[in-house]
Amino acid sequence: MATSDERVPKIMKQGRVVPWLYVAPALLIMTAIIMYPAINTFLLSFKNADGTLSAASACVPGEPCWGIFENFRYALTAPIMQSAFRNNLLWVILMVGGTVSMGLLIAVLAERVRYEALAKAIIFMPMAISFVGAGIIWKFVYAYGTGRVQIGLLNAIVTSLGGDTVSWLSQPAINNFSLIIVGVWMWTGFCMTILSAALKSVPDEILEAARVDGASEWRVFWKIMVPIIMPTIAVVVTTMVINVLKVFDIVYVMTGGNYGTEVIANRMYGEMYISHQSGRSAAIAVILILLTIPFMIWNVRRLREQEAIR
Amino acid sequence: MSVERIKKILGHLPTHIVLIGLCAIWLIPAFGLLITSLRPFQNINTSGWWTVLAAPRGSEEYSQTCASCHGSDGKAIAWADHTDPEVVQQYPRSIKLLAMLKQDHKGQPHLGDIPMPEPQQAADIADYLKRISGIEVRPRFTLNNYVDALMGYRGRNNYVTDCATGEQALDLNCDTSDLLNPRGMGRAFLNSLLVAIPCTILPIILASFAGYAFSWIHFRSRVWLFALLVGLQIVPLQMTLIPISRLYAQLGLNGTFLGIWLFHTGFGLPYAIYLMRNFLGSLPRDLFESAYLDGASHWTAFWRLALPLSVPALASLGIFQFLWIWNDLLVALVFLGGQKPVLTYQISNMVSSLGAGWHLLTAAAFISMALPMIVFFSLQRYFVRGMLAGAVKG
Repeated sequence: MATSDERVPKIMKQGRVVPWLYVAPALLIMTAIIMYPAINTFLLSFKNADGTLSAASACVPGEPCWGIFENFRYALTAPIMQSAFRNNLLWVILMVGGTVSMGLLIAVLAERVRYEALAKAIIFMPMAISFVGAGIIWKFVYAYGTGRVQIGLLNAIVTSLGGDTVSWLSQPAINNFSLIIVGVWMWTGFCMTILSAALKSVPDEILEAARVDGASEWRVFWKIMVPIIMPTIAVVVTTMVINVLKVFDIVYVMTGGNYGTEVIANRMYGEMYISHQSGRSAAIAVILILLTIPFMIWNVRRLREQEAIR
Repeated sequence: MSVERIKKILGHLPTHIVLIGLCAIWLIPAFGLLITSLRPFQNINTSGWWTVLAAPRGSEEYSQTCASCHGSDGKAIAWADHTDPEVVQQYPRSIKLLAMLKQDHKGQPHLGDIPMPEPQQAADIADYLKRISGIEVRPRFTLNNYVDALMGYRGRNNYVTDCATGEQALDLNCDTSDLLNPRGMGRAFLNSLLVAIPCTILPIILASFAGYAFSWIHFRSRVWLFALLVGLQIVPLQMTLIPISRLYAQLGLNGTFLGIWLFHTGFGLPYAIYLMRNFLGSLPRDLFESAYLDGASHWTAFWRLALPLSVPALASLGIFQFLWIWNDLLVALVFLGGQKPVLTYQISNMVSSLGAGWHLLTAAAFISMALPMIVFFSLQRYFVRGMLAGAVKG
């Protein structure tokens, strides 16, 4: 930062007021929209349902109570919240694993063909549309008919192979996977694009040297490419973890959190706007930010390091 | 062709198969939705979209069960001519058709040794008879679903037919004013534009000002202030929804465009300032120095020099911000809700209230995707750049 200070020519000091004219509008809006509410949410998480009394006032004698942390007790121990945490963990593991590995696979394969740009455009396309639109697309794929005719592609395939129809979105053992597939479909393009850029920066001489020495493509991939692009993979993984922790729209549109598909962000919305429990909702929001902050900090550090190397 | 070359092609074959297969998996769901949105709704619920080009429903059942006596075109028996609407109208439903097939005909079983069709087959045959007699001719493709979705029509038929016969619902006038029907996608499209355009322009303007000050104006506290503002990127917007909707309730801003403009502007700024400062700060210093030596004020330097030079950055930023807001559901749900429905809200509302109205849902989904798709394919380079840089955004 010191260097950028020196960059500014000295003749450019134009009084004390001018700089603030440029910064003030942004500063004011950000204070009102981000800083003040974030602090307020933090305080609300220690208050009761309508934010008027301490959270401890909601305690019932004879039941477990964490005093002022009562909302956090609910957020961490209520059965619906525990199921939301379990589901979010499943989302993080499967969706991050799925998008990163698929993205890497496609990035590697696309490098070897002439229609690379087209293939990448197709995979990236879902990033342009909304989660809501993607939700409709996949709800139709998963459509479940009770009659002879199956208009959902997946059930049509299953029945034509002689299987029984499956209710992909309401059967508890399956529905979380059905939702995660939609997420993978949407975000693989993002991982692919970043990983592909990293792969292109791997020096060709190293790869050629290994191939001349008789290394198989498999070994070249695992022993040379992956180690070199490991920092990028790490950034992609953390970015995806942050995104997945906040997943909301897919669940809201496709199942509404029913049939055991609840996730943290949807729970937060439900507590506030359906149950009108602002204290609980705020506590969930605080937990959500506490979960994401370590990944955020790690990510920013990583990006700084990379910029320093360049 | 040499052996070497064949070997090389065969060696590449698995790559092609996997890659093309994956591309197909990526495309087919969206393609299915597009086809469905273009089919008459009676067909959508009775056959899969992949059969859209197959023979009409019931033609196979008809040729198995009826064609041996009635002929493949249905005209073989003059007094039971299946292309005659008068005859077919007596058996419009499969139940009536089955009852008729069970009756003896001139002392003989109607069907002879041919087995009686199942109820579903009979329904298909009835459907086919209506088609060949011209009672109900449906095209394979239609734009009616899009018209219905835009106008917010939700009846048994479709908007065009009902308006022609004067049987439309009370809230429809059958003229262009229906495009503003609050239940329709036309109105939602307009609302989405009214949200997304100001929410794109405002943060970009404010961020350009701030970005300029942070890179080219010397003032105390600018280093830590910049770090603070950019650091706000880590605050997820979920963290601020509750206090702001309370504040808005007090100020009467819930359900107004002003409220959502302010919110999106606030959340667009940290990333926008970061990007603009990085871009403006990387411009050559001599440029600004000579401008100041020539007596230019900060305003001139900003307006005549910095802004015109930062068009590429503005384009990436603008596209990213625009699509992010266009596709947002959560913020629109909380601050606008049903008062000013935007596209994403309208669709999610249709899902819960319509159940399986696939003809409307599919068309509505495509209306909402049209603009992002056009932006994506025409400005792909800026789009990808903006998307990658901004993905960390809360």
